[in-house]
Amino acid sequence: MQFTSFLQDGNLTVALTGEIDHHSAKGYIQSIAAKIEAYTPSVCILDFKEVSFVDSSGIAVVINALRCMTQIEGHLVLSGLSEQPMKVFRASGVDKLVQIKEAVS
Amino acid sequence: MKFENYMTLEFPSRSCNEAFARSAVACFAAQLDPTVEELGDIRTAVSEAVTNCIVHGYPEKLGTITVRCRILKGQILDIVVKDRGVGISDIEQARRPMFTTGGAERSGMGFTIMESFMTELEISSTPGKGTTVHMRRKLQRRK
Ligand SMILES: Nc1ncnc2c1ncn2[C@@H]1O[C@H](COP(=O)(O)OP(=O)(O)O)[C@@H](O)[C@H]1O
Ligand SMILES: [Mg+2]
Repeated sequence: MQFTSFLQDGNLTVALTGEIDHHSAKGYIQSIAAKIEAYTPSVCILDFKEVSFVDSSGIAVVINALRCMTQIEGHLVLSGLSEQPMKVFRASGVDKLVQIKEAVS
Repeated sequence: MKFENYMTLEFPSRSCNEAFARSAVACFAAQLDPTVEELGDIRTAVSEAVTNCIVHGYPEKLGTITVRCRILKGQILDIVVKDRGVGISDIEQARRPMFTTGGAERSGMGFTIMESFMTELEISSTPGKGTTVHMRRKLQRRK
């Protein structure tokens, strides 16, 4: 698990990398929750540009981030999704729960 | 394709083997000249099935997971993922979208994804004996 994050104008961007599966998901769930708790951003953007693979464990990462953001009445946005992650999120209805922008069709 | 090819993998239920298993199956599938999307679908479905063995099949201890792949006539990739773990008592319930016994770290969407990404999905299980997931994916004939 490897990621970078930065805060700008009250928006937190978390850039995820590599393959998100059960092996790496737990670390992401905890680190994202810690970042949101520390910065209480109004918007949290999960950037998937450098993510090459996602399975249903990645859905749990998004749902947990969504839960954290809902708790502080903020918004969650996913960005930079390539085709494989997009297909997983579409098949599971995640695209109806969170805003997705800049999907790399 | 006239001939048949096959391979079998056996590995312990360590989570680092999830990436290994899906990559190995994708490498084997490459001889069918799949599209990028087909390869992505196969990697995803294998990842789901193998993760289930690791998380649910062997929750307490390490066990052995077997992945068998065959290429059947008509560009069909046949995949069997098997564990000798705790088994599933109600398969119909387990297949339901969002059903999970795994808590907040699971989404309950694994079987739903396997079903939508593969052409066929068959689950057989005996509580206390283990679970077998049998998937098939028909690939486009290209060129
Ligand atoms: N190999 C397995 N051994 C035992 N139980 C399993 C296995 N695979 C799936 N299950 C059961 O089926 C449920 C649904 O699986 P799945 O759709 O992949 O969702 P998730 O893995 O997120 O729980 C699991 O929560 C578990 O109870
Ligand atoms: Mg699963």
